[in-house]
Amino acid sequence: MSINKPQALSSIESVLIRFGIAGIFLFETTRTMVLPPYSFNPLIKQIAFIGARSLLVIVVAGLFVGMVIALQFYDTLLRFGSVSLLGSAVGLSLIRELGPVLTALMVIGRSGSAMCAEIGIMRVDNQIDALECMAIDPYRYLFAPRILAGVICVPILTAIFILVGIFGGYFVGVILFGVSPGSYFQGMSETVLIRDLFMGFSKSLVFGLLIVWIACDKGFNLHLDKHGAYGSEGVSRITTEAVVLSSIGVLFSDYLLSALIL
Amino acid sequence: MVDPNIKNVIEIEGLDTWYGTKQILSNISLHVERKEVMVIMGHSGSGKSTLLRHMIGLNTPESGSIKLLGQEITNLNRKKLYELRKHIGVAFQNGALFSSMTLQENVELPLHEHTKLDHNTIRIMSRLKLELMNLSDNEDLMPAELSGGMLKRAGLARAVIMDPEILFFDEPSAGLDPVTSAELDELILELRDALNMTIIVVTHELESAFKIADRITVIDNGQQIITGDKETIKKSTDPRIVNMLERRAMNDNIDADEYLNKLTRN
Repeated sequence: MSINKPQALSSIESVLIRFGIAGIFLFETTRTMVLPPYSFNPLIKQIAFIGARSLLVIVVAGLFVGMVIALQFYDTLLRFGSVSLLGSAVGLSLIRELGPVLTALMVIGRSGSAMCAEIGIMRVDNQIDALECMAIDPYRYLFAPRILAGVICVPILTAIFILVGIFGGYFVGVILFGVSPGSYFQGMSETVLIRDLFMGFSKSLVFGLLIVWIACDKGFNLHLDKHGAYGSEGVSRITTEAVVLSSIGVLFSDYLLSALIL
Repeated sequence: MVDPNIKNVIEIEGLDTWYGTKQILSNISLHVERKEVMVIMGHSGSGKSTLLRHMIGLNTPESGSIKLLGQEITNLNRKKLYELRKHIGVAFQNGALFSSMTLQENVELPLHEHTKLDHNTIRIMSRLKLELMNLSDNEDLMPAELSGGMLKRAGLARAVIMDPEILFFDEPSAGLDPVTSAELDELILELRDALNMTIIVVTHELESAFKIADRITVIDNGQQIITGDKETIKKSTDPRIVNMLERRAMNDNIDADEYLNKLTRN
C-alpha cells in the first residue's frame, strides 16, 4: 500500500496550526457549556478555587494599590492646587485601568498558573486520556466549569479590588492627608460615568475568559509542545508560557478595549 | 448501535502511523475475537502501546482501518466515539487515577457520569469492584497513598466498573515485583471468566503473556512479526521470535564496524 509520509512543518505553519487548535479548544468548550447536560458542582468548585480562594490576595492588593495611587495623585494634584480631584483620580484610574488589569494579573499568578500545571500534569499522567476512554468529554468535565468560573469570578474580584482600592485611597487622602471626605466621594460620583463602569466590567470579563482559556489550552495541549519535553520539565515550561502569554494577552487586550470604548 | 453477536470485536487492516516524520507502526493487520485474551508483545518502544492507543481511538492513523465493535473508528466523530467507548474499559500503565479524588470516587466516576443510579447503588457497585481487586480496605485513600500494584488494581477497578465488553490493559506487569505481577495475571483471568470480557493486554513480560494469552501478537520496530496462539509463537523459527523467547537481545549479531561507525558519526 502506498502512503504519503507526513512532511515537517515550517515555523509559520506550526504557529498558525497552534492558533487554530486554541480556537477549536475555545469553540468546543463553549459548545459543551451551552449544550446539556449541565452540572453545577464542578462550577461551584471552580468558583471557590478561582474566586473565594483569591479573595484575600485581591483585598490586600486592592488596599495597597488604592493607598499608593492616592499618595501619588495627592502629591501631583497638590502641585496644581487640585487636591479636591483626588477622589475622581483614584476612582477613574481604579475603575478603568488598574482594577481590571491588576486583578487579572493577580488571578494569573494565583489561579491561572495552578490551573495550567494541574491540567498539564493530568495530560502527562494520562488522566485526560483516561477521561476520554471513560467517554467523559474533557471539554465539558474539565474546561467548561473553569472558563465559566473565570468569567464569573474575575469581574466580581475586580469589583472587590476597586471597592477596597477606593477605601485605601480614602484612608490615605482623607484620614492621613486631611482631604475632605465630601469632595473625595462627590468628585468621584461626578466624574465616573456609566461608560467607565462598562469599560472596567467588559475588560474584566474578557480578562477572565483569556486567563482561563490560555491556562487550560496550554495544559491540555501539552503533548503538542514543540520542544517535545513531556514530563515535569514540560509542565514547568508550559506553566511559565501560560503566565507570560496571559499577562501579555491581558495588557494587549486592555489596550484594544480601551481604544474601542474610548 | 453495537451488534452483540459480532464475532471479531476488533479488526485492524493495513494500519500505518507516524510521529512527525518517523514511522511508528507499519502495515499492522489483526483481529481480536469476542471473549479471547489477546496479548500484544514487544520490546519497549516497539509500538505496542501506540497500537493500543489506536485501538481505543486516542490516536488516528495515517492510513488503514480500525473497527471497534464493528464500527470504523478512524473517521468517527467524537460523540459516536464516546458512545462506543461506553462499551470498553481501559486500565493505564500507571493507573491514571485522578489525584484530587479518593480511590472510591475515582472508581465511581463513570457511574456518576453515565448512569442515573442513586448514590447508594453506585457505592455498592464500586465496593463490589474494589472487593474483586482486593482494595476494599483502601477506598478512602488518595492515589498518592497507594503502592504501584494498588494503583494498577485501582485503575483496573475503574476500567471494569461499567462491565465493559472489551478491557484494554497497558503493561499490567511493568514496575511490579513477580508476586504482585502474578496476582494481576490471575486477576485478569478471573475477570475474563467472571465477567465474560474480551481482554487485550499490552506487555513485554514473556511469562505473563504465556500465562494469560489465548493468542499473541508480536511487534518489533513497528512491524507485526507474528500473530497466533501460544503454540504457534513457540514453534516460530523467525530469529526475532526465537531471540525473544530465549530472552536474547534482538541485535546480538551486530557488525562491529557498523556499530563503531554509528558511535562515531557526527
